[in-house]
Amino acid sequence: MKEKLLMGNEAIGLGALRAGVGFVAGYPGTPSTEILETVAKYRDAGTYVEWSVNEKAAMEAAAGAAYAGVRTMVTMKQVGLNVASDPLMSLSYIGIKGGMVVVVADDPGPISSQTEQDTRHFAEFAKLPVFDPSSPEEAYQMIGDAFALSEELQTPVLFRPTTRVCHGCVSLPLEEPEKRPAPEGFVKDTSRWVIFPKLTYQNHQKIEARNASLRKTFSEYRFNRLAGSGQKGIATGGVSYAYTKEALQLLGQEPKLLKVGTPHPFPEQLALRFLDGLDEVLVLEELDPVIERELVYLCGKYRLNVIIKGKLTGDMPNAGELSVEIAKMQLSRFLDLPISDESPKEAAPALPVRPPVLCAGCPHRASFYAVKQAKKGRKAVFSGDIGCYTLGNAAPLDMVDTCLCMGAGVTIAQGLHRVEPDAVNFAFIGDSTFFASGLTGVVNAVYNDADIVLIVLDNSTTAMTGHQPHPGTGKTMMGEITRKVSIPKILEGIGVSFVRRVNPLDLQAAKEAVQQAAAVKGVSAVIFESPCVALIKPAEVHTVENTACVGCKKCIRELGCPALVLENGKAKIEPDMCYGCGLCAQVCPVSAIRKRGDRE
Amino acid sequence: MRNILLAGVGGQGTVLASKLLAQAAMEQGKQARTAETIGMAQRGGCVVSHVRIGDGVCSPLIPHGAADVILGFEPAEAVRCLAYLKPDGVVVAAQKAIKPVTATLSGSAYEGTEMLDYLRRHVRQLIEVDGETICGQCGSAKVLNVALLGAAIGSGALELSLEQMEKTLEQRVPAKFLEMNRQALRLGVQSAQQQSK
Ligand code: SF4
Ligand code: SF4
Repeated sequence: MKEKLLMGNEAIGLGALRAGVGFVAGYPGTPSTEILETVAKYRDAGTYVEWSVNEKAAMEAAAGAAYAGVRTMVTMKQVGLNVASDPLMSLSYIGIKGGMVVVVADDPGPISSQTEQDTRHFAEFAKLPVFDPSSPEEAYQMIGDAFALSEELQTPVLFRPTTRVCHGCVSLPLEEPEKRPAPEGFVKDTSRWVIFPKLTYQNHQKIEARNASLRKTFSEYRFNRLAGSGQKGIATGGVSYAYTKEALQLLGQEPKLLKVGTPHPFPEQLALRFLDGLDEVLVLEELDPVIERELVYLCGKYRLNVIIKGKLTGDMPNAGELSVEIAKMQLSRFLDLPISDESPKEAAPALPVRPPVLCAGCPHRASFYAVKQAKKGRKAVFSGDIGCYTLGNAAPLDMVDTCLCMGAGVTIAQGLHRVEPDAVNFAFIGDSTFFASGLTGVVNAVYNDADIVLIVLDNSTTAMTGHQPHPGTGKTMMGEITRKVSIPKILEGIGVSFVRRVNPLDLQAAKEAVQQAAAVKGVSAVIFESPCVALIKPAEVHTVENTACVGCKKCIRELGCPALVLENGKAKIEPDMCYGCGLCAQVCPVSAIRKRGDRE
Repeated sequence: MRNILLAGVGGQGTVLASKLLAQAAMEQGKQARTAETIGMAQRGGCVVSHVRIGDGVCSPLIPHGAADVILGFEPAEAVRCLAYLKPDGVVVAAQKAIKPVTATLSGSAYEGTEMLDYLRRHVRQLIEVDGETICGQCGSAKVLNVALLGAAIGSGALELSLEQMEKTLEQRVPAKFLEMNRQALRLGVQSAQQQSK
C-alpha cells in the first residue's frame, strides 16, 4: 500500500480501525482530539463514533458496548481521565468482554494542559496494563496489540501516547484490516456485571495474579527491548526513547539500553537481564519517575548493587519536556564525555514575548468587555473556566481571576460568594464546558441559593480543541443532524430566575443585560451568543479614519484586538486580520472607526 | 538528511507549509517526519514546525545546531529559533514584523528591524522575503507560507525542485486557490535568486 503522511493521532485512529474497533467515544482535549476525528473520517458503516458529553459518559457508554462484545476505544487527554476515573476504577475489577482500549494522551511540558500528571501512574493505581508508544509508527502497531491483549484478558487496557507522538507526522504504510467475528451481544450474568464487595474481593485476587504473570509476558513483548553493552546502562521509554537514541547517535555511543513499551506491569525479567552486570543506570523519562522507581524496586528485591540515577536523584529534570539537548547533556555527564559549549557568540536582541491571545473579532472579547463595563465601580470576582476564553485573563481585559478545571468556575464562584458576599461573583463558562461539567454546578447554586451571575459564552462550538460539535450544536460526530439541547431552557428548567440571551457584539445591549443580571438576587444568567470567528466568514473589514482619530488609544488600551496596532501615534487596523466584529467602532469616543465600505 | 524548521506566529500557516514539504519529499521517495505546535499557542503565540527528511531520524524534534534551513515567518521568530541552525545553514525570513498585543499595549518599539539586522550579522546565507509585496501581488495574505517555501527552494538548500513542489501544491491546495499559490511560489523562488546574484 502507498505510504501516507500520518499524524500520530491518525495512526492511532487508523490502527484502531484496522483492529476492528466497533465503538469509539471520547471528549475533545489537546493532544488527543484527532484520534476520534480520524476514526469518524475513515470508519465504515460498522463502526459507531460519538463525542460524548464528557469523558465519564464516554467511558461508560463504551463499557456498555464492550459488555456486548464489541471492540471499543475511549479517547481523552490526561485530565479527562480524572473525570473518567470513577468508571475506570470499577471497570478494572469488573472487566469487559469485547475489548476496551482507553487512549489517554499525556502532555509533558505541559504545552496545552493544566497538569503534568502521568497516566502510567494511573495505570498502576487502577491495576491496568498500559502501552507507551515511542513513535507514530509504533503507535500504529501497538494499538492493535492493546486491543488483542484487552480482549484476551477481558480487561480495559490503557494506551498512553504523549504530545510529540500524537502531533508528530511520519510516512507510514497502512495494513489491511483484521477480519472480526460479529459481536456476541450482551449475555445477562449478574455474577459478572454487577459490582458487589464480594465480587470485588474475588476479582482483586485474580487481577494481582494476572499482573504478576504479565511482568513475565511483557518481558518477551516486541516493543520492550534490550540493546547495546557495557557497565553503564540507559533505561527509557515513550518518546524519550527517540530523544535518547538520537542523542546517543550524536555522541557516537552504544551503551546497554532498556526500552520500555509497557511501563505497567513492568517487564521484570527483561529488566533483570538489563541490570545484570551494570554499575550504574541513568533513566530518561518524562513526567513521573515510573521506570526509575521500578528499577530501584528490582535492585532492592534482588539485592543488586546497581546505582539508579534519574529524577529521584536529581540527575534529570523533574518537570517539563525532555529534548535531544537535555538527553545529550545528561548522557555526556553520565558517560563521562566532554560537554560541548553551544551558546551563541552574541546575545540576541530582546525578543518580544508572544503569549497566545483571543483572535481578532473573537466574540469572547466583546463579552468580557461588556461585563467589565457593566460592573464598573463594584467589587467583583471573575471565575473563569477551561477553553479559549481562559485567554481573557491577559491584559488589557484581565477578566479571569481563577481557572482550575473543567466546570470549576461555576462552583468556585459559589464558595467565594459565601466568604465575600459583598462582591458580585461572575462565573464564565463556554458552551461545551457547560455541557461537560458546568450543569451540575448550576444545580448546586440554585439548590443552595448562591448569589452568582453565570455568564455563558456560547460560540456554537468547542473552539480550543479545533471546533468539535457538542450537544448544543445540533450535529453529531457521525455528521447527523440531531436535536439541539438548549442552554436557556436548561437554565430555566433548573430554576435560574433570570436568563437573558444577548449578542455580545451589541455592546450597549450586552452591558444592560449584565447590569440587570447583577441586580438579581440568587442565580442569574446571561448567555452571550455569537459564533466563533473560525466558523464564519469575516464581516466587513473596519478601518480607522486617520484624520478623525485623536490618538487617544482607547481602542487599543481597552480591547487588545491583535488587528489593532499603533502607527505614528494613531490607531490602525490590519486589514488582513480584522474580522469586522465592530467592537472597536463602538468603543472609539470620536467615531473614527467604521466599516471600510462606509468611507465617503 | 535534511532538517527544516518553520517558525512563526499562530495563524500564519506554518502547519500547511510543513505538510507540503513532507509530502513533496515523500513524492520523491524519501522518508519524512514532522512535529507541530497544536493547541493554545495557535491563538497568536509562537509556533514551530519541525520537518525532518531522510533516513536515520529518531527524534520528532530537530536537535539544536542541526537545521539546514529555518523558514522564519516573522523576523523575531527566526531569531528565537537560531539555536537550531547549522553553522552553515540557510535562513529564509519574512521581513514584516508581527507586533504582539503586549508590545502594542506597552507602546514598546518592536518593529522587526533589529531582528533582521541581527540575522544579517549572524547568518551565513540569509534570504529576506518581502512577503507583503508578494502577498499583495497574489491578492491574499494567506500565501506567505508558500512564498517562503519558494524562496527556500530558490536557495537550493532544500534539495527539492520547483517542479516537485508545484506538483505537490496541485494535490494539496483547492483548485480555486491553486493559481495564487503557484504565483506566490514562483515569486518566492525569484526573490531568492535575485538575492544570491
Ligand atoms: S472590527 Fe475592530 S475589534 Fe473587531 S476584529 Fe476588526 S479591528 Fe478587531
Ligand atoms: S479610540 Fe478612536 S480616536 Fe482613540 S486611538 Fe482608537 S481610533 Fe483613534
